[in-house]
Amino acid sequence: MASYNMNQVRTGLKVLESGEPNVIISCDFIKPGKGQAFTRVKMRNLLNGRVNEKTYKPGDLLEGADVIETSMQYLYTDGEHWFFMNPDTYDQVEADASALGGAEQWIKEEDICNVTLWNGHPILVAAPNFVTREVVETDPGLKGDTSSGGNKPAKLETGAVVKVPLFIQTGESIRVDTRTGEYVSRGKT
Amino acid sequence: MKGDAAEWRPTAGLAALKRRAAMLAELRAFFAERGVLEVETPLLSAETTLDLHLEPLSSRAEAPGVERARMYLQTSPELAMKRLLAAGSGSIYQVCKAFRGGERGRWHNPEFTILEWYREGWDVRRLMREVAALIETLLAGSRRLEPATYVAYADLMRQHAGIDPHEASIEVLRRAVEDSPSPVDTSGLDRDDLLSRLFGERIEPRFAPDRVTVVFDYPASQAAMARLNASDPRTAERFEAYVGEIELANGYGELCDPAEQRQRMERDLASRHRTGRPLPPTPSRFLAALESGLPHCAGVALGLDRLLGLDLQAGSIDEMIAFPVERA
Repeated sequence: MASYNMNQVRTGLKVLESGEPNVIISCDFIKPGKGQAFTRVKMRNLLNGRVNEKTYKPGDLLEGADVIETSMQYLYTDGEHWFFMNPDTYDQVEADASALGGAEQWIKEEDICNVTLWNGHPILVAAPNFVTREVVETDPGLKGDTSSGGNKPAKLETGAVVKVPLFIQTGESIRVDTRTGEYVSRGKT
Repeated sequence: MKGDAAEWRPTAGLAALKRRAAMLAELRAFFAERGVLEVETPLLSAETTLDLHLEPLSSRAEAPGVERARMYLQTSPELAMKRLLAAGSGSIYQVCKAFRGGERGRWHNPEFTILEWYREGWDVRRLMREVAALIETLLAGSRRLEPATYVAYADLMRQHAGIDPHEASIEVLRRAVEDSPSPVDTSGLDRDDLLSRLFGERIEPRFAPDRVTVVFDYPASQAAMARLNASDPRTAERFEAYVGEIELANGYGELCDPAEQRQRMERDLASRHRTGRPLPPTPSRFLAALESGLPHCAGVALGLDRLLGLDLQAGSIDEMIAFPVERA
């Protein structure tokens, strides 16, 4: 993998730091008129999400990380691993729970997910931003309740529990924003 | 941004362009009132700085009768303006472009505007007060600044970094730099690099945003072209002016002694040679001017784009210049 010097570092670049893949989220060039130049780099560790900062000298190099983001189709889970397929090449990869990081409670077979691969291995799986899922369990709402006021928990077919309006019934489909975990609307049927 | 259809457009808004024009008029009035003469010197010159932390950009100038083909874009007008002083100009100022290779960031563009001036017969303390007065005058339309504060470099380092900059060993400095939320590999950094890092990380962020802070008596090893302090030769008559953590100006009680100036230049050249950096020629016309006699004076360079940025509360230098390097 290529190395990057301080003139090449920029936001979005994927680099190795202490052997782990990071994405650069900001870099600042610091230089007093009569002194040594430094570059202050903020990066997010793609394995654990932690943000770190380091400062580099002009001659320092950062090693590039072989990280790509790609769309893959979710196939199935055996409870321990989640299997995804590249829809163009039919290559399959298996991701573990730490890569899913909660996405498993939203995704359903055949969903197209954004998968981040490091050296070909999935390290991050993002569910589609919006999914439509069936409610498998919720308290029956009060009769005559309309769309305003109050909500209740509802369990989805994929496992997530979201707050829904009182009029939503078991068996209905709802549209959810997976990034916030919030109910958006009734699903299309 | 490559191929961006908006690349022909300026990054500075019309308000910034207008403020720049007005500020130029205000600073010319400031100096006219004080009897300081406006001058122009070449941007492109056969002689340039040897400063270790500046990378001059160069060009090949071909013209009938030009003896040296390699010409340098000035990193500041200092050498030429001192030649004017030595020739008897009296106090002078200049607003011009300066160029520094490798410098690009939120507050850096390789080409920028400098306001530089020299006060013949003045000592450095008097010039420090004039710098604060100029900054306060030019910012008066946008903000009311508290009276300027003046503080010695060593006092700041002692107080906020627990370091005596003149006495601390390099190991102590290295440990202090490594003890940071934003660690840096200190290998290859010399004493002044370490001090510079500590100053930038621990001191500058403390400067008040509502007043000019003038830091004076820099370590002698960072004297650049300042004379050493007669009362304490561990320090030089060098100062910097800040508003908040933005470094605006760098000034000196000017070194007039040609022998010492030559020695410092030879030291810088040797160090450039050792580290494999470009080796511009020794600026012999400048040294000859010093030999003939540079009058006692104090001088300072101020980054005008940054001052404009403060005036308009901009988040970067790009908001102040029409076409930064990527669009130039």
